[in-house]
Amino acid sequence: MLSTRPRLRATLLRILQAFPVVVGVVVISFVLTRALPGDPAVYFAGASADQESIEQVRVAMGLDKPILQQFVIYIGDLLQGDLGQSLSTGRPVAVDLANRLPASLELTLTALLLAIVIAVPLGVLAATRPGSWVDHLCRVVVTAGVSLPTFFTGILLIYILYYLLGVAPSPLGRLDFIYLSPEHITGFYLIDAALVGDWETWWGAAKQLMLPAVTMALFTLAPIARMTRAAMLSALSADFIRTAKAAGLSNRKVLYSYAFRNALLPVVTTLGMVFSFALGANVLVEKVFAWPGIGSYAVEALVVSDYAAVQGFVLTMALLFVALNLCIDLLYTAIDPRIGFLSQ
Amino acid sequence: MLSVQNLAVSFQTRRGEVEAVRGVSFELEKGEILGIVGESGSGKSVTSYALMRILDAGGTIKRGSAIYSGIDLRRASESDMRDIRGREISMIFQNPRSALNPIRKVGHQIEDVLRQHASATRGDARGKAIEALEAVRIKDAVTRYDAYPFELSGGMCQRIVCAIALACNPRILIADEPTTGLDITTQKAVMDLVRDLIRARGMSSILITHDLGLAAQYCDRIVVMKDGEIVEQGDPASLFSTPQHVYSRKLVDATPRAGETIRNLLPPEDRSPMLPYAIEDRPLLKVRNLRKTYEGKSGPVEAVKGISFDIKHGQSVGLVGESGCGKSTTSEILVRLLDPTDGEVIFEGEDIGAIPAKGFARNPRRADIQMVFQDATDSLNPRHTSRQTIAEPLKRLSLLRGNKLSVRIEELAVLVGLPLPLLDRFPHQLSGGQKARVGIARAIALEPKFLILDEPTAALDVSIQAVVLNLLVDLRAKLGMTYLFVSHDLHVLRLLCDHVIVMKDGEVVEQGPSANVMTAPQDPYTQALLDAAPAPPERRQDLLLAGVS
Amino acid sequence: MTDTAISPDVKQQGRFDHIFYVLRSNPVTLIAFVMLGLILFCAIFGPTLAPYDPLLTNAPNALQPPSLEHWFGTDNVGRDVFSRVIVATRLDLTISVAAVAISFVVGSILGSAAGYWGGWLDIVLNRILDTIMAFPLFVLAMGIVAALGNTVENIIYATAIINMPFYARLVRAEVNIRRDAGYARAAKLAGNSDLRVLAMHIFPNALPPMMVQVSLNLGWAILNAAGLSFIGLGVRPPTPEWGIMVAEGANFIVSGEWWLAVFPGLWLMMAVFTFNLLGDGLRDMVDPRKRT
Repeated sequence: MLSTRPRLRATLLRILQAFPVVVGVVVISFVLTRALPGDPAVYFAGASADQESIEQVRVAMGLDKPILQQFVIYIGDLLQGDLGQSLSTGRPVAVDLANRLPASLELTLTALLLAIVIAVPLGVLAATRPGSWVDHLCRVVVTAGVSLPTFFTGILLIYILYYLLGVAPSPLGRLDFIYLSPEHITGFYLIDAALVGDWETWWGAAKQLMLPAVTMALFTLAPIARMTRAAMLSALSADFIRTAKAAGLSNRKVLYSYAFRNALLPVVTTLGMVFSFALGANVLVEKVFAWPGIGSYAVEALVVSDYAAVQGFVLTMALLFVALNLCIDLLYTAIDPRIGFLSQ
Repeated sequence: MLSVQNLAVSFQTRRGEVEAVRGVSFELEKGEILGIVGESGSGKSVTSYALMRILDAGGTIKRGSAIYSGIDLRRASESDMRDIRGREISMIFQNPRSALNPIRKVGHQIEDVLRQHASATRGDARGKAIEALEAVRIKDAVTRYDAYPFELSGGMCQRIVCAIALACNPRILIADEPTTGLDITTQKAVMDLVRDLIRARGMSSILITHDLGLAAQYCDRIVVMKDGEIVEQGDPASLFSTPQHVYSRKLVDATPRAGETIRNLLPPEDRSPMLPYAIEDRPLLKVRNLRKTYEGKSGPVEAVKGISFDIKHGQSVGLVGESGCGKSTTSEILVRLLDPTDGEVIFEGEDIGAIPAKGFARNPRRADIQMVFQDATDSLNPRHTSRQTIAEPLKRLSLLRGNKLSVRIEELAVLVGLPLPLLDRFPHQLSGGQKARVGIARAIALEPKFLILDEPTAALDVSIQAVVLNLLVDLRAKLGMTYLFVSHDLHVLRLLCDHVIVMKDGEVVEQGPSANVMTAPQDPYTQALLDAAPAPPERRQDLLLAGVS
Repeated sequence: MTDTAISPDVKQQGRFDHIFYVLRSNPVTLIAFVMLGLILFCAIFGPTLAPYDPLLTNAPNALQPPSLEHWFGTDNVGRDVFSRVIVATRLDLTISVAAVAISFVVGSILGSAAGYWGGWLDIVLNRILDTIMAFPLFVLAMGIVAALGNTVENIIYATAIINMPFYARLVRAEVNIRRDAGYARAAKLAGNSDLRVLAMHIFPNALPPMMVQVSLNLGWAILNAAGLSFIGLGVRPPTPEWGIMVAEGANFIVSGEWWLAVFPGLWLMMAVFTFNLLGDGLRDMVDPRKRT
């Protein structure tokens, strides 16, 4: 076939390109950890440390060695999965993060799924019926959505749905205390509960998840809807749509096989940016809903100046984001036949 | 076959309703190819979109009817129209590349149409799509079936668009500027193909074009449109020999043809005598073994492969070739915006090719070599008034300041025929012809010895092109400049140049006095170019004489 | 000859006509301008306008619901919420304007140079931007503030750093498509050096899309700054700041004292909303086709 080999090359190239980015992320992370103005040993020893424990930390972290050697040690630690010890929990940061990561992912992915399911049809409808009520609704949602501070939307939803109406459960964590956590399989409560067939717990977890997920979805659906609408409008005004119409193709065919497939490309590209927003908003939402994910872990660590935990969190988030971006680009490569042929 | 009566189309715009087509009536006979010719804004494309009922948002058919086999296309239901489109009446478009869905295999795009009109089932669609590809003379149709539009050339894409349009054997084909953006040899191939298919299948066709010469060559009858109205219709020969309407007469005049002078492009009342000019027998510019290599994605690409030529003082030299032949690269090097990879550019005895383009802005030679750019709109800074644009080279490279500067600017405006009040307008407030004049005024502000003209009229309507070309000829005589005129249009070059250089794939294939090259080309490629150029019927001798006198 | 002369005053109006048309057809933009005026007014005269001292505690008067005396009620130590919200305008606006200004200037210079000259400069800049963009931006800002120290200046720097890639990329793209524009080449032929062509001919034409970005970014910068103080970074209590006020008020929401969090939150939302509306309006003026 004509097209397989250049596309394979493009795919491999894209995967290779992720490596320098990972290196950059690690370097920045190292700079943030070690090259602080002031004495990192003081930071890492915590607020209440005395001179002696600061010195201990300095030696333990190798901060007395030259900076390059420190970097090599840092890389070595990272490769072994060592992100340092958390002052507040007393456990290795990597262990803490691994325990809490599924909670964050469950929340973020549910929210994104919710946002995509609502925003994409909304954008498509708005673009195909310009000037209609759907279009106006889309405009309002798009402009209001990006203006909403997530932490404020969350609080507002709690006030209305929990305090005033009493339809939502109390905004504390992943599961009300009357339920037992499902057996740990994937760490995603919804999946774990479903796997063991415990639908009562599943429903309990779903209820808890609802408000924070909606809060985050409200924030992330705006950019998706905006991009879908714009991409769909520009696809619909493209020359090839006129060709398709002049050939008598049905509206359905023109709209979905021709316009929507093309509009999907810029939307997929935007998803990267949306992930960035979502992972940032995740921190705020977790704090508001006392969600036991890595975001609230980082916020708690910040309060007690637990820097190893904070930097471990930043690095984890960045690596997660790099991986997500890679997935998005590979998805893009799969949809767009031009990848690997045209210079971008 | 198709009877259009008093058709009117209007668009809803912010300034209220604008009527783009105002009561157009014409008949399309069975087996006939009808040409609709007009300049931009004449409403010719809108008319065709109205027939297909694919007007852009805001456009509506206000009045009139278009009867096709007993059905009024204006009043037909949307589902009836969908059956008519593609099966009864088909359309092909300009810019074939963007007229195809970029991420769908071309074979599937043809299948979509076949399946839509129940001309194929899931089982035999592939076979029929391949047949449709073979019908438009695509070699290796089985492989091409799986190609995406970006893998194909412009001419090939237009064939695919034809295959889509003709897949269901429609009775009428509407072709909307089908060869715009294609090279001249490709244009001929596509047009010949379309004509042959139409004739072979006994179809009728409407060819919409701005090129009167092209329409004359391929159409049985021509309709001339201006400002949404039909001003004249008739067969090509009589239209060319005895145009009735003032506008069609002007259009016929402005279409470059064999055996005419540049003044003949203008209406008879504007034909002033040619100004005398002198060509000295010493070279102003000598180009020796000029090479330019770009670093491409898959290794180096040789854009110019060691070309040599001379340009004499006062000469007007034409550089002709199709896209990708290296003519633009060559002109960029000569004007010192681009550094050559190898070779010499000797200007008045000095090798200016050796001076880096980066520092040439401060070279005293800068004022001697100037350029008029292809697209007047693109070449004017949108935030500068005409006055600021013309002042730019004078401020940087001359000592004129204050009052003397404004006197000089107004002098230049008069020279290029730009009304003085327009000096304080921004480019978006000017017409295409006015913008071209501003660009020319800027280029001649420093009275350069050598002026490169890069397709200066490519974006202009023919009637404006006629005026601008004549202006350029006059300026050359008045200021004693030497021209290098870059173009793809041999007819235009013939009118303007004493000497012609033909380029192909980065090499010069032929050069010589234009009369020789045009009448007795030595190279087969030059011959092919000449053959491909549309040949409008020659004017009757008596009229020609009347025009000259 | 063929040029049709249209009376100058008809065409001269073109640009203003367009602005009036956009404002008339989209009164929302007009409202956005009015709201911007209100916000600026509060930022400049905030301390004079506030009916109470924003820091003055009054324990017996704590947690009063909104009344004529205290429009937005009082907080848990009896401070007037309205006064605090108004006074906070200046700080929040200062942080975001300063951050956006820094990222605009730095981004413009880096982006222009990379877009115009390309080559290794472009490659290096792109690598740096890729690395910054490889972090979820809010998380990176958290990391930077945590590392540099918990101060208002560092909030500004962190916000500037996470905004910078947007400007640099935008300018790079805008400059790059104009690098070979006819008027840029014509400017070179007129004797302009590369730097002059870039600064006097190309960059001014890239400004309109930049202004849209500035407006949209100001809203985003306010959100980020408020978000950072919401999780306890940067501004410290008892300084009045919208993010902190929402964070403090959040503790009282489950017991029904909604006004502590809702009013600062609404005010913050209004500010961000204003800049976003303004950005959309400017976009319409700059390019009517991009209307979304």
